[in-house]
Amino acid sequence: MFSILRRNLKTGRVTVPVTAGPAGEHELVGAELKSKVARLLGGRSLHVREVDAGSCNGCELEITGLSTPTYDIERFGVHFVASPRHADVLLVTGPVTRQMALALAKTYEAAPEPRIVIASGDCAVDCGVFAGSYAVAGPVESFIPVDIKIKGCPPSPMTILRALLAACDRLPR
Amino acid sequence: MVDPELQTVPRDRLAAACRTLAGRTGSRLASVVVTDERSFSDAFTIHYVFSLPKDHRYACVAADLPGKDPCFASLTPFVPGASLFEREAREFFGLVPLGHPDPRPLLLHELWPQGTHPLRRDFKAPALPAASPSAAYAFQRVGGEGVFEIPVGPVHAGIIEPGHFRFSVAGEPIINLELRLGWVHKGIEKHAEGRNLPEALRLAERVSGDASFSHGLAFCQAAERIAGAQVPPRARWLRAVFGELERLYNHLGDIAGIATDVGFPFGAAQMLLLRERVLQRNGALCGHRLLRGVLRPGGVVMDLSGPAAAELKAFLARLLADFTEVERLYLETDSLMDRVEGTGAVSKRVAEDLGAVGPAARASGVDEDLRRDQPYAAYAELGVQAQVREEGDVAARMLVKAAEFRESVSLISRALDLMPEGPCSAELGAPPSGSALGWAESPRGEVLHWLALDAQGRVSRLKVKSPSFSNWPLLNWAVQGNIVPDFPLINKSFNLSYSGNDR
Repeated sequence: MFSILRRNLKTGRVTVPVTAGPAGEHELVGAELKSKVARLLGGRSLHVREVDAGSCNGCELEITGLSTPTYDIERFGVHFVASPRHADVLLVTGPVTRQMALALAKTYEAAPEPRIVIASGDCAVDCGVFAGSYAVAGPVESFIPVDIKIKGCPPSPMTILRALLAACDRLPR
Repeated sequence: MVDPELQTVPRDRLAAACRTLAGRTGSRLASVVVTDERSFSDAFTIHYVFSLPKDHRYACVAADLPGKDPCFASLTPFVPGASLFEREAREFFGLVPLGHPDPRPLLLHELWPQGTHPLRRDFKAPALPAASPSAAYAFQRVGGEGVFEIPVGPVHAGIIEPGHFRFSVAGEPIINLELRLGWVHKGIEKHAEGRNLPEALRLAERVSGDASFSHGLAFCQAAERIAGAQVPPRARWLRAVFGELERLYNHLGDIAGIATDVGFPFGAAQMLLLRERVLQRNGALCGHRLLRGVLRPGGVVMDLSGPAAAELKAFLARLLADFTEVERLYLETDSLMDRVEGTGAVSKRVAEDLGAVGPAARASGVDEDLRRDQPYAAYAELGVQAQVREEGDVAARMLVKAAEFRESVSLISRALDLMPEGPCSAELGAPPSGSALGWAESPRGEVLHWLALDAQGRVSRLKVKSPSFSNWPLLNWAVQGNIVPDFPLINKSFNLSYSGNDR
């Protein structure tokens, strides 16, 4: 353990600026997000509940990446929560399958207002390659109101971060 | 083209022929494929596909079942691993496995009308909600004083796919776990029908996001086998490189998950840093972090230049050095190792009976690895060592993955040194009609695609068998007698794909 700590001290900060966009962009987006969260939520974090409504798990892989030290989204005041009851934002992935439509609607009902919904990824926006399948019921917006749509298969961590910034603009002042 | 290993028998000899194959040493039921041939011959054809690793081949027994009376003797009483496949055949085609012990549906939920068989050719998607929905799913109940049930999901607490788990417990220990999956069923097999190869490949790459390359590769190899096409040598070597890059980031993520679930976030963070480095490298190499769009039927779409290969080698050397250090941290952390050793054990007998695949099977002593036993891409030339352990617990699954990580680094480095020059892709031409199997050892184990093409070169049947479909039943056995708080840890040690299972 100490060798790793020593190496970490020598390495310095590994957290972005990353290659995920123009140099420093992630930091700029993040700083803006942090100040908005602080201003709007009075000191607490922005609570995000992720809902997989039918995704292939590619979107989940990238969203979990946001919490790694490389992106470290928590430093900007964004926290992934375990229950929709605690959520300011629902981050929904996947084409809504017929078998998940009810669970998605119930999750939305369980979240307190104002529940900002981000449809994240090509499938969530327009069902992507799965459009027209008998087992797919439709895009997210055909089941719950959607505030923000982001494209990508899957969207990059930076794209998701920008969407969260946009979600803050939808919070009541 | 007819698959060379195919043996067709009359319906009444199907079970006997299957039992003969199932009795061979090392034999494993790999998939059951049904095709609806009623428009040609008024019959369904059912194929039992066995993996015979000792003979380095797959073997297939097929029988025609009359369209009006599609019943057959179930293999499940003799081969437990046949259970889910036969339930699937009943559900999606309306076949009747006589003597099957479990009459319940598998992936389709109550909201569908009774008699919904989506993979029949004459299926029309019903209007939902159905006027007469199917009967409620009968969970297995455990009775007795002090026994209670814990239902979990489909929407879970973490950033994870949906599934429903129902535990029966008395105090802390788990007496019984039942899985109800199918929530992310997207109808991929049906959706692929009538599509050309590039379109269907895009679907195959999206069966399970973290195994995009392996599913794509199995699909392409099936198409190439039908066409009788030779993939250029350099393309085969590049496919091995990308396949191993996929294994690298998956195994790093899986091992990190173990640390997360024992409450050791420092260890998890260190491992996830390495995973992110691999994902970024993938993005830099081919433009997609999950390696989508790299494959095409006939080869790969991109080459690796000399400088890029040299850079990749240097990258891997640094990655391996850092991994070694983090791995030591795991092994020296008692709070982690105490939780994983002896937890969630699966015996070799159970793994074999249920037809387990991949690192989960190898951790229970099943010495099987498609890259060695039925080599594809450049694995025959590279030579792969299967990483096998005996304990079958969470620790064994973690350590098998760690050993495979090292093996993958070494495979990529050797491939970069030995790769022949030449083109990266060949034209497939217009493929003839026919069917074939394609396979790949994904990070989770055997991916098997059965592809049938019609005279126009369009998909007439795609049957996808993901390793998760083979391995989910292991979880029921692994958790028995363990305490509920260890469930997330045991589940993570398999890290199965819900989407791969549900398709």
